Amino acid sequence: MYKYDEIDQSLVDERVAQYRDQTKRYLAGELSDEEFRPLRLQNGLYIQRHAPMLRIAVPYGMLSSKQLHKLADIASQYDKAYGHFSTRQNMQLNWPLLEDVPDILAELAKVEMHAIQTSGNCIRNITTDQFAGVAPDEVVDPRAMAEVMRQWSTFHPEFALLPRKFKIAVSGTKQDRAIVQAHDIGMEFYLDAQQQLAIKVWVGGGLGRTPILGTVIREHLEWQHALTYCEAIVRVYNLHGRRDNAYKARIKILVKALGIDEFKRQVEDEWAHLKDAPNTITEAELARVAQHFEPMPYEVLAQHDASYDAATASNPAFAAWAKRSLHAHKIPGYRAVTLSLKTHGQAPGDASSEQMHAVADLAAQYSFGELRVSHEQNLILADVKLSDAFALWEKARAQGLASPNVGLLTDIICCPGGDFCSLANAKSIPIAQAIQMQFDNLDYLHDIGELELNISGCMNACGHHHIGHIGILGIDKDGSEWYQVTLGGSQGNQASLGTVIGPSFSAEEMPQVVEKLISVYLSERNGEERFIDTVRRLGIAPFKAHVYADKNAAKAEGIA
Amino acid sequence: MSHLISLQAGVANIAEDAWQFVALPPSQQEVRKQAGKVVLFKLTGEQTVTPEQIAGTLIPANGKVLVPLTVFIARKTELQARLDQQEVGVWLDTHESLTDLNQAQADLNALPIIAVHVERFADGRIFSLGTLLRSRYGFKNELRAVGDVLRDQLFFLKRSGFNSFAMRTDRSATEAIASLNDFSQPYQGAVDEARPAFRRYNR
Repeated sequence: MYKYDEIDQSLVDERVAQYRDQTKRYLAGELSDEEFRPLRLQNGLYIQRHAPMLRIAVPYGMLSSKQLHKLADIASQYDKAYGHFSTRQNMQLNWPLLEDVPDILAELAKVEMHAIQTSGNCIRNITTDQFAGVAPDEVVDPRAMAEVMRQWSTFHPEFALLPRKFKIAVSGTKQDRAIVQAHDIGMEFYLDAQQQLAIKVWVGGGLGRTPILGTVIREHLEWQHALTYCEAIVRVYNLHGRRDNAYKARIKILVKALGIDEFKRQVEDEWAHLKDAPNTITEAELARVAQHFEPMPYEVLAQHDASYDAATASNPAFAAWAKRSLHAHKIPGYRAVTLSLKTHGQAPGDASSEQMHAVADLAAQYSFGELRVSHEQNLILADVKLSDAFALWEKARAQGLASPNVGLLTDIICCPGGDFCSLANAKSIPIAQAIQMQFDNLDYLHDIGELELNISGCMNACGHHHIGHIGILGIDKDGSEWYQVTLGGSQGNQASLGTVIGPSFSAEEMPQVVEKLISVYLSERNGEERFIDTVRRLGIAPFKAHVYADKNAAKAEGIA
Repeated sequence: MSHLISLQAGVANIAEDAWQFVALPPSQQEVRKQAGKVVLFKLTGEQTVTPEQIAGTLIPANGKVLVPLTVFIARKTELQARLDQQEVGVWLDTHESLTDLNQAQADLNALPIIAVHVERFADGRIFSLGTLLRSRYGFKNELRAVGDVLRDQLFFLKRSGFNSFAMRTDRSATEAIASLNDFSQPYQGAVDEARPAFRRYNR
């Protein structure tokens, strides 16, 4: 993974000094709340319900063992010995003290980490596929370009105070796993007819209050121009995006208001001036960064491993886990392994300091000392030998990191919700836990098969509920918490936004609502058909009818 | 004491202000409200200055004057002689258009100073306007940030081509100077240093 040189290091060190001074001035009353707000936000610090929340950047989800050990230590020393991995592949601390944040940042800087631009109205952490570099369907490893773009976006002076937050995702696979269509800018790398690295650029996607999938603004962009083209897009947005209403300030609203043709014309006009400017990426720079992402020193192994085959044959628990948690790898004899942070009854995405230390050790022992955070809020060891899978499973299981539910209904994507977040309208974690307990039977869970269930505690959609096969959105009605259910959302190349099935439910009703949705699926599915495919085939009508049947009957009786 | 920071050849100092800032008279129009809150941001390209305001703007008869863009456009003939003496500068709001300025004044370098007024410090359009004035319009003279100008935006303003900063008067301008150099090795090219780190160094 990328290693800092003195330029990278001086930048994070100077950031610590700058933020220490800003915090000092705030505490001394020399900065007002309003003035300090964007400064702390651009350092990932929110003021939350119970305490500040600090969001630490994990660029494109890559961590080293050393960094994860440090995160675990920081969580122990400055927080309640756990952290929360988010859908933007970052890590959040829920209980740090505002006064301690400069010291936390100084600790992070020692392991080449920071909290720069993890919040606020600026370009946020650039995200990508958690299987980057190892996925068999990968055309281009997107990480070198993601790093080049991370550097470009860090303290970009022109875009320091945008109308609203700005999210970029990059992807280099046939099967999109980075949800590029749900980002302000999505960059899809591919090899063009001349076998040159090229980019298909999407713009104006986003979830939140007004979910919209992005539109292609340029089918073919040579990689050298990635930064200048982004500058053209963000400049048009910076100058013309709405600043009078935060709910209408994302670039997607501007793109819709102007229409993609007019928006594209303005971007291309700007780009005509910016093209070939010094920010054009050089071959040498891409090569310099790419050398940090060279393939690991893999052993030459057979496709199959006898010990692994024997273990799966004799140990059903291991086999069930392996089926869900092992993912195909470019190199024979290797697998990417997902360690589930979705143990039933635990807050999705949370890991204790002890678990973080354990994962860091597992990564060091079995996966070249590196790991990734997925936007599904799990941890991935990307380069594990098949022959090590059983030993890894035993150790992970001892730490509660081997739930065999990856990609299944209880692998719930969930924001911190009303328990922690001051933006939330409703709690999300207790809903996730109640659903996990409802579906605690493993055979049943595996029978239901692949299913993505996403929960957000408010319309800011940190839990990406719009693209869940089943999406749950917490809403506030007259001061009490209710939950709206959507069906048919999806990430990937066939990305779609879910449809609301009807009136919302109370928290107590939610496990039964999901149970009813599943029962319709189980009775209607054709053979191996996945939940999402059944929804697409039948539409929401039969699901809606069953879920509301009792309610409607009760209503009819009431009238009679 | 002056609250003006002047940056020349990389050295920042507190400077006396030679320019008289000419404000528009208050508008008689009601402040627009939305959901009970005053709308603080004006949208790009929005016309917000009335002919009465332009006509009613009092321009001091002597000395160097920094006049609003709308007044400059409407009353340029009246100002022409002083413009030729290098005694007229123009300020614009972040929602106003550089195209309008350029149409009224084809050679921007005839203006000794252009100022961008930022009503609220969080309005980042000022950075794009500075960048465009320097890189697109080739403006070489004094470029000043005025209004809600605070220390923690100085580094970005400098990188966006500003070399003069009228700091908010309730804060220390002397202490703010340090923030012009918050970072020593920025990654990306911008107005003050067009080369990104990868072109400046053999990394």
